Amino acid sequence: MTLLNAAPKLPAEQYEKNFADITPPMTRRQALIEAERCLYCFDAPCTVACPTHIDVPAFIKKIMTGNLRGSARVILEANILGESCGRVCPTEVLCEGACVMHEKGEKPIEIGRLQRYAVDHVLDNGIQLFRAGAPNDKRVACVGSGPASLACAAELAKWGYAVTLFDRNKLAGGLNTYGIAGYKTRAADSLREVELVRQLGVTIRQGVEVGRDITFAELEKQFDAVFLGVGLGETWELNLPGEDLRGVYGAMEFIEQTKIKSFPEIEVGRRVACIGAGNTAIDVVTAARRLGAETVYLVYRRSEQEMPAFKYEYALAKNDGVVFLWQTQPVRVLGRDAKAAGLECVRTRLGEPDAKGRRAPVVIPGSEFTLEVDMVVRAVGQRPVTEFLRAVPGIELRKDGTVAVSERHQTGNAKYFAGGDCTNGGKEVVDGVAEGMGAARGLDAWLGSPRAKI
Amino acid sequence: MADLRVKFCGLESPNPFWLASGPPANTAGQVMRAFDAGWGGAVWKTIGEPIVNTTSRYGGIDLNGVKVMGFNNIELISDRPIEDNLREISEVKKRYPKHLVIASLMVESKRESWHQMVRRAEDAGSDALELNFGCPHGMSERGMGSAVGQVPEYTEMITSWVKEAARTPVIVKLTPNVTDITRIAAAAQKGGADAVSLINTINSLMGVDLDTFAPHPTVAGKSSHGGYCGPAVKPVALHLVSAVAKKVRIPISGIGGVGYWNDAAEHIALGATTVQVCTAVMHYGFRIVEDMIDGLSQYMDDHGFRSVEDFRGRAVPNVADWGDLDLNYKIIAEIHPELCIGCQLCYVACEDGAHQCIAPHSAAGNGKTNVNGKGVHVPRIIEEECVGCNLCALVCPVENCITMKEVETGLPPMTWNDRVRQQAAGGVYPDAAIGAPPTPSGD
Repeated sequence: MTLLNAAPKLPAEQYEKNFADITPPMTRRQALIEAERCLYCFDAPCTVACPTHIDVPAFIKKIMTGNLRGSARVILEANILGESCGRVCPTEVLCEGACVMHEKGEKPIEIGRLQRYAVDHVLDNGIQLFRAGAPNDKRVACVGSGPASLACAAELAKWGYAVTLFDRNKLAGGLNTYGIAGYKTRAADSLREVELVRQLGVTIRQGVEVGRDITFAELEKQFDAVFLGVGLGETWELNLPGEDLRGVYGAMEFIEQTKIKSFPEIEVGRRVACIGAGNTAIDVVTAARRLGAETVYLVYRRSEQEMPAFKYEYALAKNDGVVFLWQTQPVRVLGRDAKAAGLECVRTRLGEPDAKGRRAPVVIPGSEFTLEVDMVVRAVGQRPVTEFLRAVPGIELRKDGTVAVSERHQTGNAKYFAGGDCTNGGKEVVDGVAEGMGAARGLDAWLGSPRAKI
Repeated sequence: MADLRVKFCGLESPNPFWLASGPPANTAGQVMRAFDAGWGGAVWKTIGEPIVNTTSRYGGIDLNGVKVMGFNNIELISDRPIEDNLREISEVKKRYPKHLVIASLMVESKRESWHQMVRRAEDAGSDALELNFGCPHGMSERGMGSAVGQVPEYTEMITSWVKEAARTPVIVKLTPNVTDITRIAAAAQKGGADAVSLINTINSLMGVDLDTFAPHPTVAGKSSHGGYCGPAVKPVALHLVSAVAKKVRIPISGIGGVGYWNDAAEHIALGATTVQVCTAVMHYGFRIVEDMIDGLSQYMDDHGFRSVEDFRGRAVPNVADWGDLDLNYKIIAEIHPELCIGCQLCYVACEDGAHQCIAPHSAAGNGKTNVNGKGVHVPRIIEEECVGCNLCALVCPVENCITMKEVETGLPPMTWNDRVRQQAAGGVYPDAAIGAPPTPSGD
């Protein structure tokens, strides 16, 4: 056993209940009623707010008329991952946040759920909406198979490019498969969308690490251009004493388990502390509680006001009975038998605002206390995994390790384009899709296609 | 509280709300429950030689989730023996002497048949007779219903036959499926009718199943044109009621699209003395009359009307010929930015569908944000271009966000007919709307 005290296992059906779809699919009747509420705005703010600019009123109107295939086409043309975006997008701050219904004093249209409803129709019925374009004899490699690469590949394949994705993981889909809370989507949902891309003739090579299993020189020889959609890596270390004890995890490592293992297989502490207060931290604490942890602490060195997680994510964790320890900074992980046994913390007060305008925490001397926990999870942002790109001449890495790109998503080496978390430092799935598509357009323009519009 | 009693052809009705001849007034049980619920009268489902009906019989049109905006039927007159209907009428009249029971009649177009039917209905105790000259389907092919009501001469002739035998008031029910309903109304009056009721249902086909190509309502894969009614037909009914009110002197019972007290009040304002309701009862039951009574009373109290007569027909003189409308009256649209939600429906409606008088953004709206801090684009009326057509106010989803305001033109009222007269007299035209002298043909 890795942990000092593991939480007792739950009855099998309890796991399924705990990780059930947080926004279940709509019935036909629900979808029609909701679609009919849409005002069909002209120059609609929801469309403007969407990073992929899905024509929301158009796809909703099509649901209303029963043209679900057309509805899904409108969505997927703008965003090939429209189904998972319908589930995982922070719609409250994007399309639904911009819905004019707010001003009318009514509930915004449930755009995310309607979007999922329309796309599910074509996925459930195996309807193929798009075909590969006539071959243009140009070949593109995408490194990584997350949202940015999938979107880039789909776009290029429709235009006739021969596209190959290289991914070092066992399953395709990147963070969409491995890194999203189980009650929002399951790995299988993500893989369904990967199939949409594969249907366009895109080749996906799993378990291949670029730079090791295949050199950049080989890539450049075999392909006319390369798209880098490598995402981010594991969670940053905190460099605390005791961080190497068993039972101390990175957030991605922990969440990944909930995506690829069956729930009873996953070991979770009876008492868990999660360090950090972003959306990923919320995924960690809610998952821990839903896996059966009795007490889950969220430890954050600033206050509730500075918390980076979205409001509704915070509400999720509160509903799950998570204990929030504000203005609390971890000092060391305490161990027993080489296993985590506690987290020593110290209280902070908030000092002057820092460069970003957030008030910096200042340690209050003598306020140390210990949380008795069996598991500690770091959720303080992901580390870039771009070091290996230094082998490619011309590619410039920014100070934070992200890849520097031009407006057309081209790197310092003209043959390489990049998008998604490895360039933006970590954003939403929908941003990855938007950037992947943008890179496809940039790449297409660079390779001399007359179609190009950037 | 307002007195809702009305006099119709000398008969007193407890209120102006009657069940129209149709399925809700098919049996004694229904009619008595209706009277208990508050209905003032009932026009019995049309009595004649019993017919055989089809299944199905009804079709509905839904709009944006609202069920049965429009309704149609291919049902015929009563499928029960004449004797049963008449016996039940007697029974109802005995138990409810103060309520009105009106027998709706349809028989073959023979003088003796009508005489006989009139006597039987009156002997049963019906307070009045309604002649069904309007049924648009099934019966018309057999020379009855609208086959009579579409020909002024037939209408007049059969009305006069009925009047030869009738001791009670005779109401002729008019079909809207004619070019000019006022000619039929005038013919009924000439034939001696004591009143008219309108409108009967409108010829319609409710739709087609796009997989089987069977029209609705479907009978073994086929359908037939049926009678259209429900909320959707109110504007047609109001127009025809007002037109008939201007043409004849006899009382009118208004029918068509009445579901609420205000629909009824509009029929009354356009000349009806009573109103008849069928579709709304078929949708929600007899209980709807409670708010019709309550709402109409409240309205009348609020306006100081002591009886229905105080406002009956008040709107009729305001239904004018187009040529008598004031061309120098001017209104323009006004957007209230504090209420605007930024949907831009007014902009696209005006830009694509009307007169290009709205700009998508305005200085007043700049900087307006919603609860999430997202920008709200408030459009702007280009006042000097606005033709005052109402379209933007009609499509705006927010109540009172776009209103129409009157603009002083400084010009005296001037109608098209005034212009034509003045032109004939060689005059000049103080004219904001058109400017150039009119052409005699107009358009």
